[in-house]
Amino acid sequence: MGMASGQIKIGIRTIWDIPKEEYFGPGQLTCAGCGPSLAVRHILKAAGPDVIVVNATGCIEVTSTQYPYTAWGVPYIHVAFENAAAVASGIEAAIKALNRKGIANAKAKVIALAGDGGTYDIGMQALSGMLERGHGVLYVLYDNEAYMNTGIQRSGGTPRFAWTTTSPVGSRIRGKVQSKKDIMSIVIAHHIPYAATASIAYPIDLMNKVRKALDALNEGPAFLHVFAPCPPGWRIDDSKTVEIARLAVETGVFPLFEWDHGKFRLNPPSNMHVDKSKRKPLINYLKPQGRFAHLKEEEIKAMEAEVDGYWDYLTRLLKAFG
Amino acid sequence: MTQVIEKERERSVVVGKVGLTTNYAIAHAVKDVDVDVVAAYPITPQTTIIEKLAEYVANGELDAEFIPVESEHSALSAAVGASAAGARVFTATSAQGLELMHEILHIASGLRLPIVMAVPGRALSAPISIHGDYQDLMNVRDTGWVIYIASTAQEAYDTVIEAFRVAEDPRVLLPVIVSYDGFLMSHTTEPVEVYDTKAVREFTPRRHNTRPLLNPERPVTMGALATPDWYYEIKYQAINALRASRGVIDEVDSEFNRRFGRAYGAVEGFMLDDADYILVTYGGAATWNALEAAKEARGRGLRAGVLRIRLFRPFPSNDLVKRLADAKAVAVVDRAIAPGSPVEGPVFKDVYIALREAGVDKPIVSVIHGISQRTMYIRDFYELYYKLRDIASTGNVPRESLYMGLR
Repeated sequence: MGMASGQIKIGIRTIWDIPKEEYFGPGQLTCAGCGPSLAVRHILKAAGPDVIVVNATGCIEVTSTQYPYTAWGVPYIHVAFENAAAVASGIEAAIKALNRKGIANAKAKVIALAGDGGTYDIGMQALSGMLERGHGVLYVLYDNEAYMNTGIQRSGGTPRFAWTTTSPVGSRIRGKVQSKKDIMSIVIAHHIPYAATASIAYPIDLMNKVRKALDALNEGPAFLHVFAPCPPGWRIDDSKTVEIARLAVETGVFPLFEWDHGKFRLNPPSNMHVDKSKRKPLINYLKPQGRFAHLKEEEIKAMEAEVDGYWDYLTRLLKAFG
Repeated sequence: MTQVIEKERERSVVVGKVGLTTNYAIAHAVKDVDVDVVAAYPITPQTTIIEKLAEYVANGELDAEFIPVESEHSALSAAVGASAAGARVFTATSAQGLELMHEILHIASGLRLPIVMAVPGRALSAPISIHGDYQDLMNVRDTGWVIYIASTAQEAYDTVIEAFRVAEDPRVLLPVIVSYDGFLMSHTTEPVEVYDTKAVREFTPRRHNTRPLLNPERPVTMGALATPDWYYEIKYQAINALRASRGVIDEVDSEFNRRFGRAYGAVEGFMLDDADYILVTYGGAATWNALEAAKEARGRGLRAGVLRIRLFRPFPSNDLVKRLADAKAVAVVDRAIAPGSPVEGPVFKDVYIALREAGVDKPIVSVIHGISQRTMYIRDFYELYYKLRDIASTGNVPRESLYMGLR
């Protein structure tokens, strides 16, 4: 088994420090090259065995729990689509009450896991409630930028111009009209102890953030926004998941940063990217993806302006809270 | 009203007779059984239950986590999580709140989680009405919960205590609703005998770890995906458990009687031994007003009786048939409507099927009354008894629901 609870957690510096234990077993039914399954595997490795996972309905849920099999080596519950944060609140409260009353002596930490649909859209209310009430729960958003499980429909997390089956490329409307919702700002507005972005392309950064987040749970909720590409949904080759995720960071589309007890911090390599010249050209990220194949010059320019605008916002955050 | 077996009753268990609304009686019972987690959201007429529970927690009278959730959907979701983690859990709601929970009602019973919920019944929007009827409850009757409908504050208090025993019994493991009249009971103060806390806790021992729980020492996966190969069989187990819960419900009721000197049964009959004309009711106001009417009718020579349904799910068909078999005509008073049904009284349909299935063929009439707390006058029920007499003598049985009190 993994680390004994109570043991001091050593930061993960290289891949050799990554625990060998697997808590997200083989045999799940995810697609080849699934980004979210990589995220879950590494999150659980970092967290160790003393956790309880609450999973919203979605890709990971349907592919990992097909009765009579399960991929989960830790306690797991799925209830519905929009309520992972509420279910997690109940579990956290139960552990608190049972421990206090001497009925149980549980040390398990609670991790809620939901996709972009289950977080940006249908789960937003329950998430906000959980954050406002201050439950010691780590909420992980694995973001594959659309409702992939039902067959690639747009969500509040889908980027502007992206093709999905409900934001098709037509002669009058070309892909998603609206921009991606700034979920991190919404979460940070709840003034929780710890929130961070992470990517499956940077597993060491991801795993260290998981541990930092779990350590913050004594003070209140923590939130991780994990970027996790979906080959069939993004129209990329199965072998390109990590490469595309890395390009998202390198082009500045998905910056890695932390909101740590009121301090804002950009993480490598995004800490270099305030200077636009250090970012790779946006086209490197867009070109390999079929969902952006229809983009014209001016649409790419508009997208670039959006990325620049977000960086401008982050730069101001850095000045104010860095 | 109740079947007190004085000789077996340990009087010492009663610590006092206090004036409580049914909502406060519910909160008192929740405190007495030492609930661990309360997750709830305010809605009229349920609110005073959770206000009282918040007060108990704030004063240290109840050692529980009170989760003031942001919606009823989250209330039941948090209750599901807490129950899956091994806590004793309570929630309460009414009307729109119960409708918002609807999705999770099915999941709570499907996951076999012993949650107890109080539901003071209320009319559903639109038009919006905060007043009492049972439309909300009838809309959730097919969600696989055990459902009681209480008729007094005392019964509500007692039933919550029984409900935890039934829900957590390893032979049952199903959630339980305790319902009663919104406002007419929820906000009406009645004398209630409350019991010694120790006695209540002895009666409701914890069954922590007698069911699969979310525990890292023994990881389980709950809420798995079932393909059509498995779904039907798993669902059927819950259906069967609800059916079989009746044995445990009766067992708990008689044990409750031995301990606290009260038993209620699945149905409660009044003046039925020689009754020709019987009103079948549920809840407080309909039952007690029908009983007053029955007494008046008997004063004038009409053999009237009342049969109250206390256990709504699983439906006590045999008990009803036994008590109604010798009547000349029966009316079922529904405080809810099943629009577009062949006959529009929801409980009428259950009673009708129970009687016909048992081969009992007698005039049975569907009556709708008390919608959004439209006053159910004693004289309405009095007239209904005479109507039943006419129906029995002429054989002209109405084929549609009679809407009483409708202007």
